[in-house]
Amino acid sequence: MSDQKFPFSRRQFLTTTAVGAAAAATGSVVMPSVLRAQGAPVKLGVLHPVTGALSYSGQQGRLGATLAIEEINAAGGIKGLGKIEAVLGDAQSTPEGGTAEVEKMNSAGVACIVGGYASNICLATTQAAARYELPYVVDVGVADGIVTRGLKNTFRFGPGFGVIAKTALANLAAINDQAGKPAKTVMIVHEDSLFGSGLAKLLNAQLPQQGFQILETIPHPTPTRDFNNVVLKIKAQNPDIVIPANYYNEYVLLARTMRQQQIKLKGIYSVLGGAASSYKFVKEFPEAAKFIMDCNHWFDPRSDKAQALKKNVEGKGQFFTYEVYMNYSCVYLIADALQRAASADRAKLTAALASSTFSGHVMPYGPTKFVNGQNEGAAPVNTQVLDNDIKVILPPSFANAKPVFPMPA
Amino acid sequence: MPVLSPAILVSAVLNGLLTGAVYALVALGLTLIYGVLHIINFAHGALLSAALFAAFFAFRLLGIDPYVAIFLLTPLFFAFGYALQRFIIGPASHRDDRNMLLVTLGIAVIIENALLYAFRADTRTIDVPYAFETINFGFTFLAVPRVVGFAAVFVVALALWLIMNCSDIGRAIRAVGKERLGAELAGIDVAHVYAMTFGLGTACVAVAACLLIPNYYVNPSVGNAFVLVAFTIVVLGGMGSVLGALIGALLIGVVESLSGLFLGESLGQIGIFVIFIAVLLVRPNGLFGARA
Amino acid sequence: MKTLAPIVAVIAVLAAVPFVVQSNATLNFLVVSLMVALAGQGWNILGGYGGQYSFGHAAFFGTGAYVTCILQVRYGVNAWVGFGAGIAAGAALGGVIGALAFRSGLRGSYFALVTLAFAEVLRIIASVAPITGAGVGTLIKLDLGAQTFQFQSRAVFYWVILGLVGVSLVIARLIERSRFGVWLIAVRENEDAAEALGVNARSVKSVAMIISGAVTAAAGCFYAQYFLFVDSGIAYGTWISIEALLTPIIGGVGTVFGPLLGALVVKSLGEGAKLVTGDVPGLDLILYGAVLVLVIWVAPGGLIGGLAQLRKRLMRGATRAAASTQGAGHG
Repeated sequence: MSDQKFPFSRRQFLTTTAVGAAAAATGSVVMPSVLRAQGAPVKLGVLHPVTGALSYSGQQGRLGATLAIEEINAAGGIKGLGKIEAVLGDAQSTPEGGTAEVEKMNSAGVACIVGGYASNICLATTQAAARYELPYVVDVGVADGIVTRGLKNTFRFGPGFGVIAKTALANLAAINDQAGKPAKTVMIVHEDSLFGSGLAKLLNAQLPQQGFQILETIPHPTPTRDFNNVVLKIKAQNPDIVIPANYYNEYVLLARTMRQQQIKLKGIYSVLGGAASSYKFVKEFPEAAKFIMDCNHWFDPRSDKAQALKKNVEGKGQFFTYEVYMNYSCVYLIADALQRAASADRAKLTAALASSTFSGHVMPYGPTKFVNGQNEGAAPVNTQVLDNDIKVILPPSFANAKPVFPMPA
Repeated sequence: MPVLSPAILVSAVLNGLLTGAVYALVALGLTLIYGVLHIINFAHGALLSAALFAAFFAFRLLGIDPYVAIFLLTPLFFAFGYALQRFIIGPASHRDDRNMLLVTLGIAVIIENALLYAFRADTRTIDVPYAFETINFGFTFLAVPRVVGFAAVFVVALALWLIMNCSDIGRAIRAVGKERLGAELAGIDVAHVYAMTFGLGTACVAVAACLLIPNYYVNPSVGNAFVLVAFTIVVLGGMGSVLGALIGALLIGVVESLSGLFLGESLGQIGIFVIFIAVLLVRPNGLFGARA
Repeated sequence: MKTLAPIVAVIAVLAAVPFVVQSNATLNFLVVSLMVALAGQGWNILGGYGGQYSFGHAAFFGTGAYVTCILQVRYGVNAWVGFGAGIAAGAALGGVIGALAFRSGLRGSYFALVTLAFAEVLRIIASVAPITGAGVGTLIKLDLGAQTFQFQSRAVFYWVILGLVGVSLVIARLIERSRFGVWLIAVRENEDAAEALGVNARSVKSVAMIISGAVTAAAGCFYAQYFLFVDSGIAYGTWISIEALLTPIIGGVGTVFGPLLGALVVKSLGEGAKLVTGDVPGLDLILYGAVLVLVIWVAPGGLIGGLAQLRKRLMRGATRAAASTQGAGHG
């Protein structure tokens, strides 16, 4: 890993002074394509919080990205450019850690960075990458702020809060209508940081518009050791639906506590629920998981590539979680853009991403279309735990089961 | 907000007592160590995480029920704690309180990351048949494992009290805690006493882990959630006082539960720390602590 | 002026670094290290010179960060003014906590815990209060330019933080050399004896805390300008409380250069550990923790203390050698 800003010798630097001067003026690093010899690997930064509080998600994300890179390389790499070399980075679950890794990856001469996972990390890393006009594909981070800062280098493949909340509510209304509108009252239980609070705000604004009455919105910290009081409140107010928005551990505790207190609801409808669309949850707590609905990131169940990836990941003894297939898709997206740009030059790659219409991914998004960095086609999908498996219930074009609502007693 | 019905209040108090019991288990060990070694044992949370992993694997690999595992893990962790203090923390800190803080911090980092390295970050849980069993208390259901934990705390507290007051080692521990130099001059092997204290504290953590695991989860950083509360309880109850830790823990559990009910779960956490600060400013020796 | 010469020299040497080092990764590393050094120097004034170990210096760091963020984002205040306001807020907070804690006569572990509790209370409030953006945090708009205290070049940030560190070094040196410093150190060594000799321990400690709060708050303000995003975990989390106390202790508690040395060493250690252990999660932090334990074991006075001891031992060896040759003469 070269520590030099310009990875060629002094003599070469002097002879390409024009390039050097231009780069110095704009503060960006330009990789002359003459240096990209045929067969030299294209470097791709793979940045995830593999240690710290988010380590599980980070490791899953890294797994998805590296699997994609291995597959692409096994098929001969990128046409005309050669194989991809992964430059792995650990964001240590903090924005500072992520930023430091971006700097290192930039020095290592990566063509692009994928990852970040958490919204607060992504905010810092995309900004750090923007200094070098280094294209950055956000894998998951849902905060709307990520794509509304006018950064030309930032692309988000998956959906943001706004779209997720809107879709979730529209689908909830649809499911409710279809069942004859049995549900009217709602309680929201959310974790109190960027992810949960942002979502709760949107839900609070939009739920009444769909005709639902919010009885109470309950924030809780991550981690929360005990949910008995939260569940007491739920019991006291007897809502028709509970909407959880939190991370895996708290979701599991909440679900278990609700079962212990024998809460009877018409439905548990989570939005970006930490455990709701998790095979791990279904496997470990089949009773508590039954009939839970979620509006979350999910792969396209009709895609053969997705099913093959699922088998591969489960064969390795890991759960097929959203971090895996979203990163997998992002890497393929970048590979496609590299091929179309026919170069690892950052500006060309950024342009190729911006004009991308890629469908070789495993998400139910259709071909990509980036507007101001946001993939317009990205949307969450509704799942429900049925028959000890997670099925897609909406939208109909991707569904492989019908919703069961209200929850049977 | 329709929250103030008596049924809910009573349930919240009961809930707080059960939670407080778990806190007590963690705090008992900490207060012993704090009272004698005069240090904030930063490694306490990491030790709890390690004990939870031990209980998890005892169940998963050896098929040992957590309540049975108590008898296996308690001596094991006692030995571990003894060795840790005797051979690492003691020598490394050169008898300086402030150094001990840093050494325990370093150990906390090592343990937590060793767990991360060995077992990855995924959350694990066990599913014992009685995990979902509840006792019907009218308006609310009390989970059986938590009630067992509540009862167990009194047993453990009693055991500790007996050790501290009716055994030679207990007398030695109290002597060293009160006046180290004098105890040394009287012929007490201080390093051994320190190590025994640390071992006892760690053994308590092992018991806490076994009682906690049916209703909770396991991952390398899980202990951190308990540590600050445990510190609060130790100070509230009075350093070195077993009774203080017990009552303090139950009190804190109820305070946390009620403030969570009235202020919301997030802001409610403040209740604990406001009490903490108030106690420190007004009565630093805590409810049952000896005079400074 | 002579007393400030070493500081000037060190700062001058460090200031030349961006001309030699081109790598932005290294510059970023140095910027973050210097920021931690600044926070640590704040801690050092209270803890190193005053002997009052605070476990909640995040309270000052976070207050500085939030005040400057909120003033800019919600009230349109200029970034530089916000910076100053953040420092002032840190000082004020130091005064408040000091007044409360020292009036009650809190010392030692009790003092450490009360500072920890304050930091936690602030963190919880920040995570729910609407003004801080609650859980969502506060994002400063990216607007590169000198007037918004946002610079395209990392080198400029580096010089800014270096300047702040330089000021903190001067403050520490001036304290060392002043009567106030003598009182403060006397309180550290033996508070009761100092009181008996007429030192007003309470006000001395309070003043130290105010200065300490201001310096650490400056580090927080800088964080906000550098990363442009603050939330309750970043601002008031235990990570910064720990880093603020770790760096002076490793580097040399109660010395002028201790926090700076400690920050560079600790951060380099973290990076070095990562290089040695590669990409396996957890391994580098294990190494980090092990080194921490080893340093305390082997050199409890921190690096500067350890170096001083080494020097003493070498000198003793030299004088013994000299004395034995002399002694032969004296018979």
